[in-house]
Amino acid sequence: MFVSYKWLQEYVDLAGITAKELADRITKSGIEVESVEVLNKGAQGVVIGHVLERGQHPNADKLSKCLVDIGEGEPVQIICGAPNVAKGQKVAVAKVGAVLPGNLKIKRAKLRGEESNGMICSLQELGVESKLVPKEYADGIFVFPSDAPVGVDALELLNLDDEVLELGLTPNRADCLSMIGVAYEVAAILGRSVKLPAVELQENSENVHDYISVRVDAPEDNPLYAGRIVKNVKIGPSPLWMQTRLMAAGIRPHNNVVDITNYILLEYGQPLHAFDYDRLGSKEIVVRRAKAGETIVTLDDVERTLTEEHLVITNGKEPVALAGVMGGANSEVKNDTTTVFIESAYFISPVIRQAVKDHGLRSESSTRFEKGIDPARTKEALDRAAALMAEYAGGEVIGGVVEVNTLQRKDVVVTITLDRINNVLGTTITKEEVAGILTNLQFMFTEDNGTFTITVPSRRRDITIEEDIIEEVARLYGYDNLPATLPVGEAKPGKLTPYQAKRRHVRRYLEDAGLFQAITYSLTNEAKAPMFALETAESIRLALPMSEERSVLRQSLVPHLLEAASYNRARQVENVALYEIGSVYLANGEHELPNEKERLAGVVTGVWHAHLWQGEKKAVDFYVAKGILDGLFALLGLENRVEYKQAKREHLHPGRTADMLLDGKTIGFIGQLHPVVQKQFDLKETYVFELDLEALLKAEVDDIRYTAIPRFPSIARDIALVVDEHVVAGELQKAIIEAGGELLKDVSIFDVYKGDRLPEGKKSIAFSLRYYDPERTLTDEEVTNVHEQVIKAVEQQFGATLRA
Amino acid sequence: MKERLQQLQQEALEKIEQANDLKALNDVRVAYLGKKGPITEVLRGMGALSPEERPVMGALVNEVREVIQTALEAKQATLEQAEVEKKLAAEAIDVTLPGRPIRRGNHHPLTRVIEEIEDLFIGMGYTIAEGPEVEKDYYNFEALNLPKGHPARDMQDSFYITEEILLRTHTSPVQARTMEKHQGRGPVKIICPGKVYRRDNDDATHSHQFTQIEGLVVDEHIRMSDLKGTLREFARKMFGEDRDIRFRPSFFPFTEPSVEVDVSCFNCGGHGCNVCKGTGWIEILGAGMVHPNVLEMAGFDSKKYTGFAFGMGPERIAMLKYGIDDIRHFYQNDVRFLQQFNRV
Repeated sequence: MFVSYKWLQEYVDLAGITAKELADRITKSGIEVESVEVLNKGAQGVVIGHVLERGQHPNADKLSKCLVDIGEGEPVQIICGAPNVAKGQKVAVAKVGAVLPGNLKIKRAKLRGEESNGMICSLQELGVESKLVPKEYADGIFVFPSDAPVGVDALELLNLDDEVLELGLTPNRADCLSMIGVAYEVAAILGRSVKLPAVELQENSENVHDYISVRVDAPEDNPLYAGRIVKNVKIGPSPLWMQTRLMAAGIRPHNNVVDITNYILLEYGQPLHAFDYDRLGSKEIVVRRAKAGETIVTLDDVERTLTEEHLVITNGKEPVALAGVMGGANSEVKNDTTTVFIESAYFISPVIRQAVKDHGLRSESSTRFEKGIDPARTKEALDRAAALMAEYAGGEVIGGVVEVNTLQRKDVVVTITLDRINNVLGTTITKEEVAGILTNLQFMFTEDNGTFTITVPSRRRDITIEEDIIEEVARLYGYDNLPATLPVGEAKPGKLTPYQAKRRHVRRYLEDAGLFQAITYSLTNEAKAPMFALETAESIRLALPMSEERSVLRQSLVPHLLEAASYNRARQVENVALYEIGSVYLANGEHELPNEKERLAGVVTGVWHAHLWQGEKKAVDFYVAKGILDGLFALLGLENRVEYKQAKREHLHPGRTADMLLDGKTIGFIGQLHPVVQKQFDLKETYVFELDLEALLKAEVDDIRYTAIPRFPSIARDIALVVDEHVVAGELQKAIIEAGGELLKDVSIFDVYKGDRLPEGKKSIAFSLRYYDPERTLTDEEVTNVHEQVIKAVEQQFGATLRA
Repeated sequence: MKERLQQLQQEALEKIEQANDLKALNDVRVAYLGKKGPITEVLRGMGALSPEERPVMGALVNEVREVIQTALEAKQATLEQAEVEKKLAAEAIDVTLPGRPIRRGNHHPLTRVIEEIEDLFIGMGYTIAEGPEVEKDYYNFEALNLPKGHPARDMQDSFYITEEILLRTHTSPVQARTMEKHQGRGPVKIICPGKVYRRDNDDATHSHQFTQIEGLVVDEHIRMSDLKGTLREFARKMFGEDRDIRFRPSFFPFTEPSVEVDVSCFNCGGHGCNVCKGTGWIEILGAGMVHPNVLEMAGFDSKKYTGFAFGMGPERIAMLKYGIDDIRHFYQNDVRFLQQFNRV
């Protein structure tokens, strides 16, 4: 809402308060003033001039040579490029020495050899937005009414010395979508009174019912419909003051009748529509829901196909307006219109919202209906519009109003105690202070022993309950006066849940292990959504995505981590190690929420460790990535319960991928990116993993229990086993541990060999075994016995032989 | 014989003195104290002495041996010391060469901000509630006093999946769910961090995905002044101990009264600068007293219980705190960005 500071003064006394100060007060009390704009944008030195002569410029076809009286001695010669400049016009002249918006200084000049002492201005040149300039002056200079006095300040006459406050209205404050509404708000803030416009309407002796009848077939959409007829109007420009106020409010002037309807819309917040009575095509108005497939050509010359969800104004046969949104072209007020039917109605929000949504058509009218208007002003606005048409369009108002009124309104009455106000706010406001605030708001109330009974005016539709009154009191009392306290009451310790606490440990561990935490988007495209998914599900698609790239919910974190790695690589960051903890979304049927599973995923690529001057450089490989996860499992106390199994998964290297099983159940995978995918993401050798974080963090783990530190020496034995190359180390190790029994405490691999010194198809894996008994020192013989068992076991199970 | 011994002692001490390394010193030892050495020779010649002279001479021999031995040991210690020093000198390294790097990642800046806020509120007795990102329209809107067709739904255009299911537009549904779980019994004291989604085109100040932290306290006798006190604690923890806050009236369907909360500018202290656009204040969050409809819908008696709620954007706080100029940085995961948040 744009509020003209000068216009506002008609309704409330602003003496002693500048526009800027007013803006600050309004903002502090609840409505944010987004800007205060000085309309003239710094222009000065522009006066009304009278074009005494206009002739052709001798050297330029498109220029006129004008002699202009600017009220200062001799008329001056001005060269003008506007096509519409003519003898006898009153125009805006920027004198020599004047400044125009953009700090353009006007100097005496010679244009194609002819002297020019100033500039005749268009509205645009004076800082008015093109879209607000009346159409007839859009491509030329603005012509003032002939009675404009020569030599006076043209900017003042155009109201460009005004300042405009732009209010950022929250949806609850639709009452401030009108000048009168804003006046009430400002009056409440300043503790001043509101002056309402006086409506002086003279009706003739005719009866409006002889002209038109109204029927409303959709009273639930339209509880109040009122209309008047004004005849003998003469279409022409509206008075300059009205045009300038409309422009200040962001509405382009058209003609007197249309401008008056817009003026009333701004003043009362009541949208009106003016029909050309003679072009209505009948003598009746029927308000009804549209028929499916019915069409109307609206004022913007667009044919719109309607449905039963839209409300139309008809002439009994066909639509003449899309109710509350836009009139029809068939009944438009034109230059030859003489009789006008003015509609002032109260349409209910949902049906208007539907039309706005379906037709992508939002107007000053529809905005107000959508947010809710005050039906108590509907008829007064109609009367005032008719009176203005009589005054400024030479019309004659037919006696009476046509009206259908099924409106059932009860006053909203709210009862609240002083204690309640103070208990909710934590204040010690007095009875008198509350009464003062309610008085300033012009709310009717009675007070009895600290209980206020308040009748809320219909303009404040946002106030229905005690809390609304508390807010009114609080904002006008001033939040700066609110004390700062802390809640009192039962104090319970705050804490993280075990899951949340473990998740934090996981983050810290991964970061200390060298990975950066990434956060990527949950929405992806159809192709990426199912890639790398641990569990596949149907994809979940947005009903109305903004782009294909962000249209489907992800089922794995890996694709976007790969994108992040790729993004970095494209910016010369080749060594990337990222992890992410986030949700994936698995469909659960159309009517159910999806299963949201928290996953942990990572991507590692490039050099893992480099300390070049000491000759160390280690590229990321499978075992680097695996080592990170091994450490994670150890952190969670799960290292002995997680098993890696060679696996094949789409998009991963078939020979370098493993599934991870926790207590035998698959909880994730780790692997090298398949070369095809690697190329697709423009990456080098890259490893990824993804884990079911919930399975990891929710696994039951024993508390830490101390075990005795070894008191007796342990005995180490190394063995190198030659096995078939398909035998995997993990299986061998498992067999060794099993055969080693109680005494075998530790098995580690210290060498793997495959090559010339072994037969084709064989490899050797060397293990270091450590034997220990917590109760005593083991003898060599005892160890040898067990060790033999171990060797026998691997011989039998894997055909392993000891390497010579 | 006595002279001979004294002469030997003299000679030996001189040679010990002259020995430059351990080998030379050992040569001296062998030469004078060895089995074939002159002192042993003297001992052998003792047979020719009278029985009276023998003990005297024996004692003298021992004395000479001792003197030489002591001198040898002393010299040995000195030489060894020198040898060690020489070795150490040779072992000197360039301590200015770089150390073996420890690879270390770090929290995403949003996590950093979120954890800091979580910890602050945990310290004030809050727990952390989480909920689904794909939500029912009921919890996202209706339970928060935003019935279908409510004008305020315009304020947050949403990503719907079906008519009833959407990506949550704020973390408030977690509040609704938590209150519902409490079955009308307070106190409720939670903060809800999480991802939220809105139909915005991504640019420097908008992101279709971002994070939010909402807080909710419901109990008997909760006052709006408690909200002010709580948020002042928060502002001081996040932006500095001498910060102040102010409330500006605002509108949210789920709170009444509703306020926007500004913190005094941490950059200029309130005098006005670029950061606060000259106003001295920076808007950081929205808050208010829980709307009675919201309490009632979740099963709380709004005559008995009151509550406050607040919601803030970690992106905005991180941008203010660290001077980040573009919200897209948070989701691009450029390592050069992420690693700037690698220290305390």
